[in-house]
Amino acid sequence: MTSVAATAHGAHAHHDDRSFVQKYIFSTDHKIIGIQFLFVSLFFLLVGGLLAMQMRWQLGFPGKPMPGGGVLPETMAPGGVILPEYYIQLVTMHGTFMVFFAIMPLLVGVFANFLIPLKIGTHDMAFPRINMWSFWTFFIGGLVMLSSLFVPDGAARAGWTMYAPLSARHDYSGASLGQELWSVSIIFVGLSSILGSLNYITTIINNRAPGMTWFRMPLSVWSLFITAILGLLALPVLSGAAIMLLFDQIIGTHFFDPAAGGQALLWQHLFWFFGHPEVYILILPAMGMVSDIIANGSRKPIFGYHSMVFAIVAIAFLGWIVWGHHMFVSGMNPTLGSSFMVSTLVIAVPSAVKTFNWMGTMWRGNLRFHVPMLHAVAFVAMFVIGGLSGIFMAATPVDMFIHDTYFIVAHLHYVLFGGSLFALFGAITYWYPKMFGRMMSEPWGKVHFWLTFLFYNCTFFPMHITGMAGEMRRLYDPNQYTFLQPLQPIRVFISISAFLLFATQVIFFVNFWWSLWKGKQAPQNPWEDNGLEWSLPSPAPHGNWEKVPTVYRGPYEFSSPQSTEDYLPQYKKLPTDREPARAPVAGH
Amino acid sequence: MTHAAATVDQMQPPFPAERGLDVYNKKLGMWVFLASEVMFFAALIGTYVILRFGATGEWAKPGIVLNIKITAFNTFLLICSSVSMVKAYAAIQDGDPKKMRFWLLMTILGGATFVGIQVYEYIHLVEHGFVPSGVREGSELAALVANGTLPAATMGLYGSTFFTMTGFHGFHVTCGVISMAYLYFTKALPGKYSKQDYGGIETVGLYWHFVDLVWIILFTIVYLI
Repeated sequence: MTSVAATAHGAHAHHDDRSFVQKYIFSTDHKIIGIQFLFVSLFFLLVGGLLAMQMRWQLGFPGKPMPGGGVLPETMAPGGVILPEYYIQLVTMHGTFMVFFAIMPLLVGVFANFLIPLKIGTHDMAFPRINMWSFWTFFIGGLVMLSSLFVPDGAARAGWTMYAPLSARHDYSGASLGQELWSVSIIFVGLSSILGSLNYITTIINNRAPGMTWFRMPLSVWSLFITAILGLLALPVLSGAAIMLLFDQIIGTHFFDPAAGGQALLWQHLFWFFGHPEVYILILPAMGMVSDIIANGSRKPIFGYHSMVFAIVAIAFLGWIVWGHHMFVSGMNPTLGSSFMVSTLVIAVPSAVKTFNWMGTMWRGNLRFHVPMLHAVAFVAMFVIGGLSGIFMAATPVDMFIHDTYFIVAHLHYVLFGGSLFALFGAITYWYPKMFGRMMSEPWGKVHFWLTFLFYNCTFFPMHITGMAGEMRRLYDPNQYTFLQPLQPIRVFISISAFLLFATQVIFFVNFWWSLWKGKQAPQNPWEDNGLEWSLPSPAPHGNWEKVPTVYRGPYEFSSPQSTEDYLPQYKKLPTDREPARAPVAGH
Repeated sequence: MTHAAATVDQMQPPFPAERGLDVYNKKLGMWVFLASEVMFFAALIGTYVILRFGATGEWAKPGIVLNIKITAFNTFLLICSSVSMVKAYAAIQDGDPKKMRFWLLMTILGGATFVGIQVYEYIHLVEHGFVPSGVREGSELAALVANGTLPAATMGLYGSTFFTMTGFHGFHVTCGVISMAYLYFTKALPGKYSKQDYGGIETVGLYWHFVDLVWIILFTIVYLI
């Protein structure tokens, strides 16, 4: 029972005699692991952003030498002019880094690790050492993926979805080692997610503080729990597929090679069977954290708590039976396609439940537009746009027309950037004081928010228009088609907006780093919130509580008449509160 | 079951917690992990089913390439090792660490022998010309393909799926043997398991039965049909 023993040891919070390496590098503390994920995945977010900037240069100013592009080798950009072979690597690696190494670890790696034990009231994860391995396998996967940018043939070239047979046969893609490193890296990511997920699930089921019943859990924990189940069951499928792809690449198997009897479509089925639950892995935690922030910023209980929980569960369940909507034009049987269309459209129902509940929460609330709240409200607005454009693509007849155009690029960025990334900026600002003991700058946070919001919409909204006009995604130079030439001014506008959007993120990075050392000292409960994590000093100490708190109510008791303040923490005992019904298990 | 319930309390986390499932963390974690393993093998086995039954040509008949007899013995051995795992678990539940050590050692030996026989089988198959990419040029099996005993069109898929599925199963057995050996030397030999604390044995046992179950499925669909 070593893992339990390690957790028990964590209870002695205040005499911490671990060495630097134990404390910050091979740490088993869930908060440090969360912060490790934060730094590493913010770095990969930057990498993904830099790749996107190069793509935007080529699309806005095709054939012109890129400023600073002279440092790139002849095989990528001779004289700074991006080659088609390099452009497809940019497309592939931008998607890969953003999905697997930025958004997913930022949502799950950072916030599942950091928030779950703090919000359910326990000392650490159920298996702290497995948790540490979850970070290090992710880190190895990230290094492998990063190194693939520097190998002689260049990085993987088949798009982030790695469609076979392009990805499976080196003579088709022209890249060999880069493709193989992609597969290896994804296997590591899968392993990391599985190790993380089994930890989160076990911890939430078994290690909640006394009184923390299922329906007193904050929605962030609910969404992370459901996300962990999705990750647990979806990532092994991706790992299995990546292993088969790797074998096709290195030991000559024929899983995805039609020339030798394999099935290229099989890859698409395996990939999207993972890929659609993955879409919800990338949005559900954001929804949960936004729910917490919106209730806090509205000073009202969340509207329809139970329906929010059931909507999360419904979205997660439906996520398993809709993968075929990515494959409407793959030659799939149209009858099967229409069943995928119907199941996909049904997802609009729980999504709408959540959206209206967020609006219901804000309705006549005592609104506080602090930086996290601004980001959370932007999340809701952008998610609505992204969700509505999703309905276009769910309908097979429309999808036939807009499939693989910039319309889908606009859609996925509205949910991934406008949705997940806005939620993440909000969540990072919100829990930053509990992580580092300092506040991020509020005025600069607002400047960052408004500029990001503006340039983000200028970048991605016009893509709906070019997509509808027929501009294909992953196209090296759309001007090769006469009918796309008149859209060039829009592409220039998008590119300039994208550069400004990227430049705006400097404000966030400077604010983040500056506040680490020079930010205002954080009070214990800066946002006047109800969660258990705010009963701890900022930053939260190793092992969290000496003795875990007892929970007396749900997490959204704002403006309660029972309290003199406008919030009523979960851990605060009122004279009318009874101790939790079940006697806690006696300690050893 | 009253007996089991009594020991479960001993394995609760050593701090107060809201009631979750009446299963201690390690065991719950293993069940959760096995759920993800099910999905992993589902991907491999599903691929096999789709490739085999979606193939344009006929599939190789059982018993031509693979030696069913030796693998049947290997299957029997693995099932026996599951039985000995249960014996080890029952022994420590009864508070008999000596008997537990014996049965655990038997399980380790059974698993290791299984892996050994599988390695022998692989070497043998490769010698005869059966490789992950199909049939090697100029080998014994290539002659069978040439005279029509084996279908030329699907041998590539046969090799791909056979080596991937059985290889990953063998990898899982190896991991199981290593974990059991680790527990044997660090926990069982120093006498750290008792009637009150046998979480490691029960947890590794769950894993072992799962690996056994997967093999029964694989043996049936790969070797017998």
